[in-house]
Amino acid sequence: MKLEAKNITFRYGKNDKKILENFSLSIESHERVGIIAPSGFGKTTFCKILSGYENAQKGEILLDGKPLSSYKGYCPVQMIWQHPEQAVNPRLHMRDILAEGDEIDERIIKGLGIEEDWMNRFPSELSGGELQRFCIARALGKRTKFILADEISTMLDLITQSQLWSFLIKEVQDRQIGLLAVSHSMPLLENVCTRLVDMEKNI
Amino acid sequence: MRKINGRIMTVMLFSAAILFLAAITISGSIFSDEAMITDFSRKNLAPSLQYLFGTDWLGRDMFIRTLTGLSMSIKIGLLAAFASSIIALALGIISATMGKTADAIVTWIIDLVMGIPHILLLILISYAFGKGFKGVVIGVALTHWTSLARVIRSEVLQLKEATYIKAAQKLGVSKFEIAWKHMFPHLFSQFLVGLILMFPHAILHEASITFLGFGLSPEQPAIGIILSESMKYLAMGRWWLAVFPGLLLVGTVILFDVAGESLRKLLDPSSAHK
Repeated sequence: MKLEAKNITFRYGKNDKKILENFSLSIESHERVGIIAPSGFGKTTFCKILSGYENAQKGEILLDGKPLSSYKGYCPVQMIWQHPEQAVNPRLHMRDILAEGDEIDERIIKGLGIEEDWMNRFPSELSGGELQRFCIARALGKRTKFILADEISTMLDLITQSQLWSFLIKEVQDRQIGLLAVSHSMPLLENVCTRLVDMEKNI
Repeated sequence: MRKINGRIMTVMLFSAAILFLAAITISGSIFSDEAMITDFSRKNLAPSLQYLFGTDWLGRDMFIRTLTGLSMSIKIGLLAAFASSIIALALGIISATMGKTADAIVTWIIDLVMGIPHILLLILISYAFGKGFKGVVIGVALTHWTSLARVIRSEVLQLKEATYIKAAQKLGVSKFEIAWKHMFPHLFSQFLVGLILMFPHAILHEASITFLGFGLSPEQPAIGIILSESMKYLAMGRWWLAVFPGLLLVGTVILFDVAGESLRKLLDPSSAHK
């Protein structure tokens, strides 16, 4: 499978400056692509467009040659957000949050180190790192074909970072899921990814 | 022994307020026939142990009349506030979810209703519906929904943009489930507190339009009627006819306010653990 972004041009307001202009990128299922760029270059915005949260003014997103918007229901391109506390409903139990994912395997929950005890808690009763594990697990549902990881480990200590990333790398390799990783940390991306894209040079 | 913390205190306050209001409502309904009894052998008595609030010029026991009047007010308040908050919920959700035109229309209606003085609109509506119980309930219901509708509208607008709602959409969660599982729990506490805080307004407005003669009919023992009738006797030194019913009305309103505020504290996540 192939996820393509073709000549994407995007700006938030009518008179705002263009964040992305004629930006193209394609990712294969077996690839792990890393995106680097300074702050404010539209890395998160690009992830949002690529997973269908935002619509670009120009250009298209194709998954397997078909526009991403033609996939109804579960979106095969799942984004993991930088701030897990914003990505989960504060009024739901963690068990219910996880249940919204697409049949999450017990193996994934174990692999990410999610403890049974956390399931009955509310998001405000977990730390950022613990919450992020749930968000990663939730995005790894059965029908997921691509994962967009937007600064998913910025707030974690090094041990947890390596634990989560080594699990994620193994998981996407085994299941042939394409991965797009965004980070400010060059050493991390060099370790995780098979290919690096510098947005600064592309624009 | 464990110290009583803020939360237990709030729960106790809330239960006490609700219990007291329930007691007034129930006792008022039980004594509704007794409130009508006239006995000229005991007219114009000052407050005593036998007649706590004294008696009026027809020899009616003012304590029982006041209870019955208040219970009538509370029933009207409940009914009107409930109808009003349903209107607020419906219009708030419509305006937030059904596009720009719907939003403009609902916002315009809210501004319109808010722009006219409450009491004036109440009198007009109550009069148009033939006064009495029906007129008052419809009048109060149609005038009190505006601020709650605004709160619900802004809450839904905010929820629609929340990352977790959008993430749920991408996970293929159906629209109904998003509304029920994700949005409803957020709206419910706002709605419930708004509903309870609407009672005191409804009760006061019921009393005022009845006082002005546009509400309930004179033979019904309503707090507004008690107050307006006793006006005539104040100058003759029968102060108890107005003072005690007035105080009890203020007390009821404060109790509803206490109940609403303590419920808000219990449901609000930021103060729930204090």
